[in-house]
Amino acid sequence: MHEWALAEAILKSAEEVAEKEKLKEITEVTIRIGELQQVERPILRFAISQMKPPLLKHTKFRILTAKSKLRCRVCGTVWHFDSKSVDKETAEAIHFVPEVAHSYIKCPKCGSPDFEITIGRGVWLENVKGAKQ
Amino acid sequence: MVDPRTSVINERLSRITRIIAVSSGKGGVGKSMVATALALTLARSSCSVGLFDLDFTGPSTHIILGARKVQPKEERGIIPPTVDGLKYMSLVYYVGDNPAPLRGVDVSNALIELLAVTQWGTLDFLVIDMPPGIGDAVLDLVRLIKRIEFLIVTTPSMLAFETVKKQVELLSELNMPIIGLVENMKMDKENGVDAATKKLGLRYLGAIPFDPKVEEAIGKGTKLLSTAVGVGLKEIARKFISKQKREL
Repeated sequence: MHEWALAEAILKSAEEVAEKEKLKEITEVTIRIGELQQVERPILRFAISQMKPPLLKHTKFRILTAKSKLRCRVCGTVWHFDSKSVDKETAEAIHFVPEVAHSYIKCPKCGSPDFEITIGRGVWLENVKGAKQ
Repeated sequence: MVDPRTSVINERLSRITRIIAVSSGKGGVGKSMVATALALTLARSSCSVGLFDLDFTGPSTHIILGARKVQPKEERGIIPPTVDGLKYMSLVYYVGDNPAPLRGVDVSNALIELLAVTQWGTLDFLVIDMPPGIGDAVLDLVRLIKRIEFLIVTTPSMLAFETVKKQVELLSELNMPIIGLVENMKMDKENGVDAATKKLGLRYLGAIPFDPKVEEAIGKGTKLLSTAVGVGLKEIARKFISKQKREL
């Protein structure tokens, strides 16, 4: 996911959580980013700082990475994605849509493209802390 | 844990007047051809139009359009390139000629990702080429896009029409608006699809005769519009966009 679009989604989603939980301010947001997304953290932080609404003005953003774990559905081999193992163009494609990894990556043991991304895709709001109204 | 991507999807689509999912119960009915010709017809009539190929495992609209050497631009998301007058988005930008062996959960994730990052801007119409059937993509679109409308494509074959019944039943249960049905590749004069469609409570939008010239028009948008598909779609589109300000 592109960092600016990602930042926008994170902020909007945090606001929705605040509304649901009736928070008057958000003090901390923990974001977990899958390794396959290959997000540029400085860009993400900058985008968040540029777009944050008043409710998130003083919020601390913690950005964590979920290390990838891929599991072959055919032979059960478990391995992790290394962006250095693919060329720049492929890494870029996976950055935008992590599922396209299925078009480029194969099980290192049996060569099957039928694997599961058990951890390491997506962006998640892990925690939203704040003061109640 | 909250997936933040779904929070921005409706915002991304907020400046699109109508979102039309061209779908079919069965594959091979010419759905991608109809979706592409519909999008081109609307675009040639001074409408701003996007075409989104959601048939991730079997995309073909890029071939019908002859889209080559185009890539989206990055600008606070992804901006689809313009191909033959359409803002065009497809997974092929990221998979190239490689197969995309995606299971249901991967289809859902890729769909959400693209909906969350694609910046369509202002459009009169977004035409979506759906994968065949009533699987993950249909259920996800219904869940994620509140304003979606369905246009159903079938062939005269009763095998194809049987699946239409199931599709209509599902969409009706989900309270989804169905614009109507297009009968594609018609060869006989009377076959009962018209009457059977009306029996389902659906609008029969019209028939597109089988035209062998369609194959020669693959990759050439303007030529496609001069085939029976293009001519038929123009007539059909008039019927359901009459409420729009622009006239075909």
